[in-house]
Amino acid sequence: MKVFIYPTNSLILSDLVERFGHEPLALMQEIGKKVRAQGLDSPPLNITPEDPKIGLKYAAVEVPSGVRGRMSLFGPLIQSAEAAIIIRDPVIPFGCMGCARTNELVNFLIRAKKIPLLELDYPSTEDEAKEFVYKISEFLKSLTEKKNEQH
Amino acid sequence: MDTITKMIVINSTKVLPSDIVIKLYESNADVMIKETCFGAMVSGERSVVNSLLNDIRKIDPYGIFIKERGLAPGEPYRCRATRRGGARPGFHNLETEDRMLPHIASALRALDRGEVPGHKQRIKKLDVEKLKEIIESEVSQ
Repeated sequence: MKVFIYPTNSLILSDLVERFGHEPLALMQEIGKKVRAQGLDSPPLNITPEDPKIGLKYAAVEVPSGVRGRMSLFGPLIQSAEAAIIIRDPVIPFGCMGCARTNELVNFLIRAKKIPLLELDYPSTEDEAKEFVYKISEFLKSLTEKKNEQH
Repeated sequence: MDTITKMIVINSTKVLPSDIVIKLYESNADVMIKETCFGAMVSGERSVVNSLLNDIRKIDPYGIFIKERGLAPGEPYRCRATRRGGARPGFHNLETEDRMLPHIASALRALDRGEVPGHKQRIKKLDVEKLKEIIESEVSQ
């Protein structure tokens, strides 16, 4: 199943989802598409005329343009998501390298989509990491069972 | 052709990036390989890269972590050589998560042993009202 991960460029989540046999929906895939697209002078910073249209589906024109630009990348991932794993309040996507409003919007859209969702905190100790990995493995196993039942 | 780049992040006591790179060259696959400080990057056709990295992961399943990367190795938009140094975008996230990898590796080992972790009581953050009370009691003294 396609599993949306947040933070969207997380190594740990991307690796664990792939390790347990699912497809991680990560930001890197969308960036890669932009980089490989012909005709962009400096990808992934350039936007095409299509990008604002995609961004406008999620955020109005009054909203900072960075939100719409980011949503043009995250939007297609959220739309194709069949499940999601979210880390609560990660420090890294907040601040100069990220965008707090996009993060809020992404979290809202994922919750509003009513798909199977797992919310966790980043582990800081070994015991927390054991619980973190165990919960992810159980969640992904339940997705596999659900998929098998459907077929 | 669907080309992708994947990065291999090594957090192992028995495998070095150079060992991985030698294995990648030995495979004779049609891919571009770059050794880095954190591991290696492999760029090539999606199916070739995926099957190659599945084999590479088996060298140390608990010490090798893999994720996709948007830009190919040496891409001028991101390469530090053409951007006068400095951390590339994405470095800070990698650095943060790299610190957790030993814990994640140990958790994966525990999972394979069949360990079920007990639910831990989390230490809650300080409540705002409680903080106000502390401030008021300190100020009134």
